[in-house]
Amino acid sequence: MSIIKAENITKIYNHTVVPVHALNGVTLEIDRGEFTAIVGPSGCGKTTLLNILGGLDHPTSGSVELANTDITSLNDGQLIDFRLKNIGFVFQAYNLIPVLTTMENVEFIMLLQKRTKKDREARAMELLSQMGIAEKANQRPSQLSGGQQQRVAVARALASKPQFILADEPTANLDSKSTSSLLDIMADMNREEGATFVFSTHDQRVIEKARRVITLEDGRVVKDERK
Amino acid sequence: MYIILAWRNIWRNKRRSYITIGSIAFAVLLACFMRSMQLGSYERMIENAARFYTGYVQVHQKGYWDEKTIDNSFSFDSGLIDSISRTPGVQEVVPRVESFALASFEQKTKGCLVLGIDPELENRLTQYGEKLVEGAGITPEDKSILISEGLANYLKVSKGDSVVLMGQGYHGATAVGIYPVNGIIKFRSPAQNNQTIYLPLREAQWLYAAQNRLTTLALVIDKAKHVDRVVSQISEKIDPETMEVMGWKMLMPDLVQGIEIDNISGKLMTWILYTVIGFGMFGTFLMMTAERMYEFGVLISVGMKRIQLQVIIFLEMAMMSAIGVGIGVLITLPFLIYYHYHPIYFSGESAEAIEKFGFEAAYFFSLQPSIFYSQAWVILILAMILGLYPLIVLQRLKPVKAMREA
Ligand SMILES: Nc1ncnc2c1ncn2[C@@H]1O[C@H](COP(=O)(O)OP(=O)(O)O)[C@@H](O)[C@H]1O
Ligand SMILES: [Mg+2]
Repeated sequence: MSIIKAENITKIYNHTVVPVHALNGVTLEIDRGEFTAIVGPSGCGKTTLLNILGGLDHPTSGSVELANTDITSLNDGQLIDFRLKNIGFVFQAYNLIPVLTTMENVEFIMLLQKRTKKDREARAMELLSQMGIAEKANQRPSQLSGGQQQRVAVARALASKPQFILADEPTANLDSKSTSSLLDIMADMNREEGATFVFSTHDQRVIEKARRVITLEDGRVVKDERK
Repeated sequence: MYIILAWRNIWRNKRRSYITIGSIAFAVLLACFMRSMQLGSYERMIENAARFYTGYVQVHQKGYWDEKTIDNSFSFDSGLIDSISRTPGVQEVVPRVESFALASFEQKTKGCLVLGIDPELENRLTQYGEKLVEGAGITPEDKSILISEGLANYLKVSKGDSVVLMGQGYHGATAVGIYPVNGIIKFRSPAQNNQTIYLPLREAQWLYAAQNRLTTLALVIDKAKHVDRVVSQISEKIDPETMEVMGWKMLMPDLVQGIEIDNISGKLMTWILYTVIGFGMFGTFLMMTAERMYEFGVLISVGMKRIQLQVIIFLEMAMMSAIGVGIGVLITLPFLIYYHYHPIYFSGESAEAIEKFGFEAAYFFSLQPSIFYSQAWVILILAMILGLYPLIVLQRLKPVKAMREA
């Protein structure tokens, strides 16, 4: 049963000198529990696609249905609320709130969701231990390495058990060791918690860990293979 | 959560926050000093004039204030005095005969103000006894005078010399008398110090051929703020056809107007100061917003409501301003309290120059609470107005764009 359903979406950036056709009719469906990589060279439209799938940006045409909701019909406030309840986000870098500790960052989404303190702390601690950074719970992001920061970001995205998690090049700024350990953690979470991941990358080692690989070229899906 | 986040955000860029808070505190300090000094000088002028000269309230024959001649005097009436002194807030009713005269001694002559006084009652109003610098006071039966120091210096008289007073008495009678100087009084207000002569009431009535007549009842009031009430209560007791009652604002319209005009310039100065500080605050608020666009983009992406973010930013600005105001007031307060009780007096040439203009050569400081809370209000309102910009930015922020451009 699909949790993401995109139909013939296009995206044209019009405010530039020459209009940029970032997406040229992308159609895809992603099921619950999948571990999917969106791959392709820089500029092929990965970020644009993930932004649209996350309700952060509107497609120029086409429809997006997430968890059985047509998000093109939601207004800004409803979209924010929808994202809070349904989607986990991991960005390329600087995901964390610098003035909050690791623990507080992981709790943050649950805090916005008004979950109880006890709930939040238990869940945050559980995730931090699973990611092997429990001892960093009271440190600020600036005291963590890039790899550790990204793990905290993944923990924050997972904490509220969203319908799916979108990660735009989460390993782009990491060395190869951190890259593989982050991917391993994501894969573990996919297996253990059944979390649905969609992540973009142009890193071959990351692609190898994915169970489904969707290849974009010039804003079109040119290949979609499951392993 | 909002407060914790806002508080920690303030200290993200410590140096900038210190500078911003410091400049707000400095502005508040400057503004408080300026206003305190200005209001202090007004209070002092009013006090000198009202408390030590006219009294806060006066009652006269109707028309006396417009034309201050002995002809506009009224008959002593103990019933009237009794009923006025029973008005709540009135502590003392001080009778006077006030008129002008030429005072001469040897080669010198000068116009002066002759006050026929009840020595004891007058002392309760103007406390002239404390200002005697030479000689002794006068009793009701004396036929001698007290002379203000400035006038004494001008005429070159000292205790024991006799001064000739010449003026016009009741209904055109000639008023001439010669009186020995019993004592010299130094008044704070230069205007008063340069032209006052005290004479016992009975002798003044005799001099001006105005037996049993008074020009003025000056009242000692318990609190200056009761003046309006006392005036309205007395106006019900007197016959409006023949008598008039006036509060200090009516007694000294020139002073009141002068203060109002001067006060505008003072306020203008503080507004200029606040404009300068406002730009500084705006710069900080702007940077606080601009450098965090990416972070705001992330926060809105993951599901933080705009209003939640706005509350935090608003708190940051409000807290920073409040800290600045608080520090400014805390630093200023002890100095102002000290200087309020220990005014700064000038001496030497600069003092003389200032006194020529009829002002006391000193800085006086007021502690009116409004000085402090008006600064707090202005800064906080300023912060709110300037803070609208970041709030509008947040309202319009598109997360994708914010994160791409950062
Ligand atoms: N906000 C934007 N304005 C104009 N052009 C954009 C914008 N975002 C992306 N693009 C363009 O759209 C194309 C796809 O970009 P993007 O989705 O970022 O690709 P990727 O993430 O695969 O590198 C690129 O040519 C890029 O320059
Ligand atoms: Mg990209």
